[in-house]
Amino acid sequence: MRTGILRSASPLPGFGLSFGIMMTVLSIVVLLPIAALLGRGLTIGPADLWEMVNSQRIRSALLLSFRAALIASLFNLVFGLLLAWVLVRYRFWGRRLIDAAIDLPFALPTAVAGIALTALYAPNGVFGQLLAPFNIKIAYTEIGIWLALIFIGLPFVVRTVQPVIEELDHELEEASATLGARRIYTLYRVILPTLTPALLTGFALALARSVGEYGSVIFIAGNLPLQTEIAPLLIVIRLEEYNYDAATAIGLAMLLISFAMLLAINAIQIWSRRRMGDV
Amino acid sequence: MSDIAYPVRANPVTTEPRLARYILIGTVVVLIAILLFAPLIAVFSEALREGWSAAISSLSEPDARSAIQLTLLVAAVVVPLNAVFGIAAAWAITKFDFRGKAFLITLIDLPFSVSPVVAGLALVLLFGSNSALGAWFIAHDMKIVFALPGILLATMFVTFPFVARELIPVMMEQGRAEEEAALTLGASGWRTFFTVTLPNIRWALLYGVLLCNARAMGEFGAVAVISGKIRGETTTMPIMIEMLYNEYLSVAAFSLAAALAMLALVTLLLKSLLEWRYADLLSATRRH
Amino acid sequence: MIRTIAISSQVLAQGTFVRDLVGGHIEIDTGGRRLSGKPVASRKDTRVSPVRAAFSARHLRAGLLSMIAAIGLAVSGAPAVHAQESVEILNVSYDPTREFYRAYNELFNEWWSEQGNDPVTLRQSHGGSGGQARSVIDGLEAQVVTLALSADIDVIAENTGKIPEDWQSRLPHNSSPYTSTIVFLVREGNPKGIEDWDDLVGEDVQVITPNPKTSGGARWNFLAGWGWALKEFGGDEKKAQNYVAALYGNVPVLDTGARGSTNTFVQRGMGDVLLAWENEAFLALEEQGEDAFDIVVPSISILAEPPVALIDENIKSDAQREAAEAYLEHLYSPEAQALALKNFYRAWDTSAASEEDIARFPEVELLSIEDFGGWAEVQPTFFADGGIFDQIYEGQ
Repeated sequence: MRTGILRSASPLPGFGLSFGIMMTVLSIVVLLPIAALLGRGLTIGPADLWEMVNSQRIRSALLLSFRAALIASLFNLVFGLLLAWVLVRYRFWGRRLIDAAIDLPFALPTAVAGIALTALYAPNGVFGQLLAPFNIKIAYTEIGIWLALIFIGLPFVVRTVQPVIEELDHELEEASATLGARRIYTLYRVILPTLTPALLTGFALALARSVGEYGSVIFIAGNLPLQTEIAPLLIVIRLEEYNYDAATAIGLAMLLISFAMLLAINAIQIWSRRRMGDV
Repeated sequence: MSDIAYPVRANPVTTEPRLARYILIGTVVVLIAILLFAPLIAVFSEALREGWSAAISSLSEPDARSAIQLTLLVAAVVVPLNAVFGIAAAWAITKFDFRGKAFLITLIDLPFSVSPVVAGLALVLLFGSNSALGAWFIAHDMKIVFALPGILLATMFVTFPFVARELIPVMMEQGRAEEEAALTLGASGWRTFFTVTLPNIRWALLYGVLLCNARAMGEFGAVAVISGKIRGETTTMPIMIEMLYNEYLSVAAFSLAAALAMLALVTLLLKSLLEWRYADLLSATRRH
Repeated sequence: MIRTIAISSQVLAQGTFVRDLVGGHIEIDTGGRRLSGKPVASRKDTRVSPVRAAFSARHLRAGLLSMIAAIGLAVSGAPAVHAQESVEILNVSYDPTREFYRAYNELFNEWWSEQGNDPVTLRQSHGGSGGQARSVIDGLEAQVVTLALSADIDVIAENTGKIPEDWQSRLPHNSSPYTSTIVFLVREGNPKGIEDWDDLVGEDVQVITPNPKTSGGARWNFLAGWGWALKEFGGDEKKAQNYVAALYGNVPVLDTGARGSTNTFVQRGMGDVLLAWENEAFLALEEQGEDAFDIVVPSISILAEPPVALIDENIKSDAQREAAEAYLEHLYSPEAQALALKNFYRAWDTSAASEEDIARFPEVELLSIEDFGGWAEVQPTFFADGGIFDQIYEGQ
């Protein structure tokens, strides 16, 4: 096994064991189910798959899912960076509490998050009542979907950027300041490029996670076809119709698009790493 | 009050002006309050709407208790399995040089980009009674879907990348010089792993395990497709919460949700405490 | 003297002490090789931190073992069908019947024991009607299904062959021991003056109803409105379609299930009128207080028949068959019928029910599903992919 796969010999032991465990678990848990999905797609055939996905309803649902995920993840990109910076660099009352709470969206079941957010932002909710006089509606509109996706995607950017900021060398900043750069220039030209790979990773993870989100969104979205109907809901609808083929078709479409996005982001990341001289 | 926002190192050239600091902290606190704490408070206030005794008695209902037990069992099986997988994957990927590594990492990441609903669908397609594999299992009297193994598989799928993702960057950065040194000195492979590698990665491992645990206990979408929703048997806490909410038992539903949030918060607080207690140790391992 | 030195931060070496070096370092002999490094303080000074202890080899191995044991237990626990155990029946049902079946299961076991039988272990599963049917098709081993509409049981018969085609004629009243209908739930005092179906398409009226694609109850809502429109417009299907299109144009939230819609209307304060199962409307009144909402009965509604069926092929033993058949037949007993009436269902046999439970239900002209050609025709025409419901939205 060693000689077959390994590119160069390593003095360390345990390649067979660790590689074996990894491939076994990976195959059973991830590859086999995905293969079943792809296999189902193959038996349907590409022409029929395209037929099933190419309707206005599905296109608008896919567009909505990806648009909302993109908006929410962009917000999380900026806010997550800000949050990570403040948590690492400043000391203030309640910092530890906020730091501990960042992972909360992972822990709260998505349905509970959806119900809680809807209770807050519905027209008769605490925040909904405040916004109603200004004729701002959040629950049951696309903004509600953004909100739910911001909630569930929040930890990703913070948690990928935080360790990198902790490792940042103050000497770099000092050097930049000594050379006469203004603080804002240092932040933009010295610190931001260092954080870019981590930021991109966090962004990609948040994006991938929010595209597929179902549990929290169906409570706060109005679920109206062509307006606030997300793609995962369409999959569930097809499942309820016992139309596994169409459900598989939409599932595959989502899988392909998010996979392509992840690949693109990974490519940007590699490129930026090269440009930075492998930071 | 004036030192509410002093920087970590009071070196004026490597921090922002005081006003900027206050604005940044203010923004973060306000947004976190709206985005994170408000929903959490909403959950707890709904749970306690009829007082503590109602909340606690709803948690001791047999169905709620079995849901809590099932969720803990699922976490107890899934988290160690994912930890072992994560360590094995990180070891193979970071300590050896082989073809197709980038592709393999992408495969490990794959569950992040699959909607939990699709994950549930894939498992049903694979193990449902209409598939060859599913029919074989049923013929041998083994239940996969609508039973514990299905719930475990679905939970493993959605939490799959957490530990590996935390470990790979850390181990990549550390290289393999220390392990090689230990081996040169005559340590066995396992001994090297336990005394050299493990202490180096324990924080990342702990962090990955905690995230994996939180997500494992909170997963809803994939499990909902595959659980069968049999009361007291295949209802995990999130499923039970949805059921109770649908039965107009909102106090019971939110009490269970609060309990779940507490379980997660306890682990997160534990992590914070450990980090705080061993801050010196932590910075020492990070430094080199 | 044996001393321990640190070579790097994590690598230690042990050997006999040779000499002191500058900077506090020492040199040791490890048996043929001489190494130098910083000496590690003696044992009592290097207290092992709890974190490090937790990650020690011994603990980790113990953890691994217990994990393997846990998996073993989980897997071995899965196919636990013991011959000696009492007969089990799994009833796979839809959302709004939770309260009813919780009470009925007790009633049945009491009666069943009185007949000289051992009590039966009754297991319940509730969810959206369509999703529950899908679970049964995919292998959920239900002995009994009690769903929202016969179309969902038809699909099980069609896809699995576990039920004969004529299942609906095996029990009285189309296998529907209890029925319900569709009514309007409006806010206290009926501020928008909603009296009948034509009021639902008014300019400033917001209607709450779930998605017929995912909710069985919503299909009854849709058909009730469709039936009224057909009668109103003298059988003109084009006009009926325009009517339902206008109706769904007034829907701000399409929840996935009947309970979701009730929550949206009752707790979130959305909408002016909720199209609901009659039993759901009564339940909402009971839960939220009589003075928060009013029930409005339209001029025409539909007789909603939620059917029950035995899944023959999922029956493992004669004892189980006997119990499952009795379980369904006993639904028609006067006591069970009274229980259904008490849970706001319209049941057939009122002999054992209290006056109050019977008087609750107003008279209303009820269409039947047969007036639309039965579910076998209705399902594909209206609710399949590309059916009339989809045309409403795609024609916009």
